[in-house]
Amino acid sequence: MLRRLHPEQPESFAFTPGNQAWAEDQIKKYPEGREASAVIPLLWRAQEQEGWVTKPAIEVIAEMLGLAKIRVFEVASFYFMFQLQPVGSIAHVQVCGTTSCMICGAEDLIAVCKDKIAPEPHQISADGKFSWEEVECLGACSNAPMAQIGKDYYEDLTAEGFGELLDAFSRGEVPKPGPQNGRFASEPLSGLSSLKEFAGGHQGNASVELATTWGDTVKRITGDEVPVLDVAKPKAKSPAKPKAPKVEKHEPAAPVTTKAEVAKKSVAKPKIDKKVDAEAGSKPETLSEARSGGPDDLKQIKGVGPKMEGMLHKLGFFHFDQVAKWSEEEVAWVDQNLEGFKGRVSRDSWVEQAKVLAEGGTTTFSAKVKKGKVY
Amino acid sequence: MLADQDRIFTNLYGMHDRSLKGAIARGHWDGTKQLLELGRGEIVERMKASGLRGRGGAGFPTGLKWSFMPKESDGRPAYLVVNADESEPGTCKDREIMRHDPHTLIEGCLIAGFAMGAEACYIYIRGEYIREREALQTAIDEAYEAGLIGKNACKSGYDYEIYLHHGAGAYICGEETALLESLEGRKGMPRLKPPFPANTGLYGCPTTVNNVESIAVVPTILRRGSDWFAGFGRPNNAGTKVFAISGHVNNPCVVEEAMSITLRELLETHCGGVRGGWNNIKAVIPGGSSVPCLPQGLCDEAIMDFDWLREQRSGLGTAAVIVMDQSTDIIKAIWRLSKFYKHESCGQCTPCREGTGWMMRVMDRLVTGDAEPEEIDMLLDVTKQVEGHTICALGDAAAWPIQGLIRHFRDEIEDRIKAKRTGRVSAVAAE
Repeated sequence: MLRRLHPEQPESFAFTPGNQAWAEDQIKKYPEGREASAVIPLLWRAQEQEGWVTKPAIEVIAEMLGLAKIRVFEVASFYFMFQLQPVGSIAHVQVCGTTSCMICGAEDLIAVCKDKIAPEPHQISADGKFSWEEVECLGACSNAPMAQIGKDYYEDLTAEGFGELLDAFSRGEVPKPGPQNGRFASEPLSGLSSLKEFAGGHQGNASVELATTWGDTVKRITGDEVPVLDVAKPKAKSPAKPKAPKVEKHEPAAPVTTKAEVAKKSVAKPKIDKKVDAEAGSKPETLSEARSGGPDDLKQIKGVGPKMEGMLHKLGFFHFDQVAKWSEEEVAWVDQNLEGFKGRVSRDSWVEQAKVLAEGGTTTFSAKVKKGKVY
Repeated sequence: MLADQDRIFTNLYGMHDRSLKGAIARGHWDGTKQLLELGRGEIVERMKASGLRGRGGAGFPTGLKWSFMPKESDGRPAYLVVNADESEPGTCKDREIMRHDPHTLIEGCLIAGFAMGAEACYIYIRGEYIREREALQTAIDEAYEAGLIGKNACKSGYDYEIYLHHGAGAYICGEETALLESLEGRKGMPRLKPPFPANTGLYGCPTTVNNVESIAVVPTILRRGSDWFAGFGRPNNAGTKVFAISGHVNNPCVVEEAMSITLRELLETHCGGVRGGWNNIKAVIPGGSSVPCLPQGLCDEAIMDFDWLREQRSGLGTAAVIVMDQSTDIIKAIWRLSKFYKHESCGQCTPCREGTGWMMRVMDRLVTGDAEPEEIDMLLDVTKQVEGHTICALGDAAAWPIQGLIRHFRDEIEDRIKAKRTGRVSAVAAE
């Protein structure tokens, strides 16, 4: 299948400091001179950070691994999980359409996507939140039909339930992943036919528990989620052998980390602590209510939907000029205090948009909103 | 039915404690040091005696494969690579092992690596299995912390590293040499063989590639004895096997059973039977998308093992059973597989690159009935031209389901073409 770079590319790409540290650590998993092996994990992390694989990201990774750009590009275009075009701001929905899922109703799920998201795969929905595609077998066939949304599998779906899931995501919620019909994992729905004495003791199967522990199903990954630990391992003897590797403690599933290890590297931040983060940055000036004349239509800012608008009102923001005045520190504060939408302010450049709107100008997006095409 | 105490994967559904502590409580990591002390040769001999055949699809004897590794190092390191790129449509068994019983795999990696003189192991997991990767990494970290792997693994004096690596959505990377290419950071295009990986594999070093399940059963086989394992199943088809059943059964599931179980017992014991009753069965794909389907008549007596299914010109493959009832459009079901293979062909060999697309386009017409009757034979002829003329088996895998369809459901294809032409539905199709 022909896959090309998107015609519109951002100016630049840089890993966040957390992801940069993660990436450098990944490279050490492979023997000296074999750093190219890390190309897929690095491209994937770039996508987790940005939502898709951009040309600057390909170039940065080529530089990091000492590869020709074409070598990285040919990998990015060969593997289908790499999105070479922008995706929905909340999630890119991947519906499995291969035979097991197809005979269990995957075509109905695709119809839901066409109806609720966009008529064509890889097309971004009108509200900018979603995109979708039909993918080949995702390897959860006993739980067919299913779809992958963000990091997680939503299994045993019905068309109706799938529609509700998408609505919930659209509202900023993250529904519990895993089987949606009451099953625990891939055991028979009617009850265990084997291994009965081992039952009990967990809230959800391994995938579901990880998803609920980390809450990062549709989160953009910055690398600060879990500590980057440095556990020294033996140096290899010859250069052809793998050199001193680090145990990969930072793969987003390290709930087993002990305190002593966290202490080893003080830079490492443990799991996101909501309280600490809520204090990040400085709180901008707020109003207790809208000035006379009523609030501005904040939904004209791309990235602000009805739910987000309500949240902003609650925080005390009603007008474009308020948003336009936010300093970097203040943006950081708001970013951290948007429950369920953290980081959205900077990702969608609200301040720049608000500056235009506050002066009475229009943006492409606000024009669409005014025509009633979005909400 | 296989008794619970004879199951190797006692936490397949993840309901029991999934941590190292839980694994030890279930009997894993028990006396691993003593197992390593048996020595390389003895471990390989015992694996040969157990009759374990590779669980990834081809069914090559695992012990024999290990014995191809060089006995003396020529200075190059050797590697074990675990193929966790589970992508064969219908297959979802390794996923359960990796997320719910990961220590079976990690202990297996250590023992297998030792038996082939490897100094490190790379587990290549498919990119979509993100949570599974996290769960497995957690378990690997636990094993490192407990000193079970790493330097002086299990206090045996043997140094062994296990790394987890992931792919990014390419079915072809389940082919062992494509997997190695991918692991080296390139496009997943299969290599010409020879040289075989046991001679020149990962980074040009001796390498053995094994499926997750093949490796994960190793510790239990050694602990309980080759005879115990060989006691299940018919001769040459030894052991227990994790089956993944999907499609039109009342309760699709993943379950470990003895080899050579009959299809009917498998479906009725664990899956609540076929939707609408046994006679409502139309066809079964017994081993994942690559193997030809079995029509109803053969399902009645079907025995789920390598040899019986091969005698029926099908195969056990990965033991991924896709059940289709009478409501299924079987032509469309196989067309979807053709679409899959067209999508996943890496494009390296012309017969596959062009052939998969060609076969899918003819299948398009067979689904709607817009084909000429001669095209059925032409399609069969093309599948024969693709089969065996490519570097890897993807070309074969694309050809076989279509051959199975034409072999067993030719009348249905012809009826559909006839119905389309005359506007009448024939007596057979209307039944």
